[in-house]
Amino acid sequence: MIDLDEIDRAMIRAVAADALITAGALGRQLGLSQPAAWRRLKRLREAGIFRGQRLDLDAQALGFTVTVFLGVKLATKGRVSLEDFERAVTAIPEVQTVEHVLGLYDYRLRVIARDITDFERVLRRRIMTLPGVGNIDANVLLSEERLPGPIG
Amino acid sequence: MLDDVDKRVLRRFQMDPTLSLAELARLAGVSTATCARRLQRLRDTEVIRAVRTVINWPALGYSVEVSLRITLDKTQPRAFDEFLAAAREVPEVIEAQTFLGQVDARLSVIARDMPHYQQVYRDKLLTLPHIADIEALMHVARVKFDETLPL
Repeated sequence: MIDLDEIDRAMIRAVAADALITAGALGRQLGLSQPAAWRRLKRLREAGIFRGQRLDLDAQALGFTVTVFLGVKLATKGRVSLEDFERAVTAIPEVQTVEHVLGLYDYRLRVIARDITDFERVLRRRIMTLPGVGNIDANVLLSEERLPGPIG
Repeated sequence: MLDDVDKRVLRRFQMDPTLSLAELARLAGVSTATCARRLQRLRDTEVIRAVRTVINWPALGYSVEVSLRITLDKTQPRAFDEFLAAAREVPEVIEAQTFLGQVDARLSVIARDMPHYQQVYRDKLLTLPHIADIEALMHVARVKFDETLPL
């Protein structure tokens, strides 16, 4: 496991917030020279701490006003049905995330839609017709915050 | 309002935010200059908020992720605000959401291992204010997590 000091943690926070920040800007923020910042960043990258990049778009401005979380219980289980379900559900563009979970549900889906009518269309035509789907439980997102996590 | 060119650029860009300007322009079928101008305008109007880096928590030693679905005691008028304010102070909470539906709130919680999760759950989460009921979903795998918009 990689050892992190306070500067590393601050660096991870800064890179999480802005993937395009330069080593020079990081250095100025954290009181390091540009080469020193670059070396630290390289070490964090090589330790696999960054999983990739995500474009943070204003969904509202792009016309997507409804986000719904669905808890999906499969009616039939077995390896084949899990694979079929996963393949079909990940292909739906409105389904933004799919998590396999243990507990009350088998899968947790994040679905985005233009409005409630659009959501109903996605639910009826695409999600309720998925192979093996049993019970579905829906919760409409009202607010959301992402927190820095234990490196804060 | 966005036109088809903006949408094409955004669609390609969100599929791979690490693309160079030239690659992005080529995939979106526009000139590099047009692509640069469109991106600048999308940034200026804050349609593009930022390019974020996704943290790989398991690489930092956090291998357990649990989704807690919480029902709040709504007879307390400030239940939502007070619950969220207290949840924000727990470092292991990486996401907090509120809902209209069967559950009122959800927290994404990460922990190093099950004993650590147990400790966070007992000492920091069960003690959050106004909880009426709480149920846990344990993450097994992320099947899809790109969070792209269906543009």
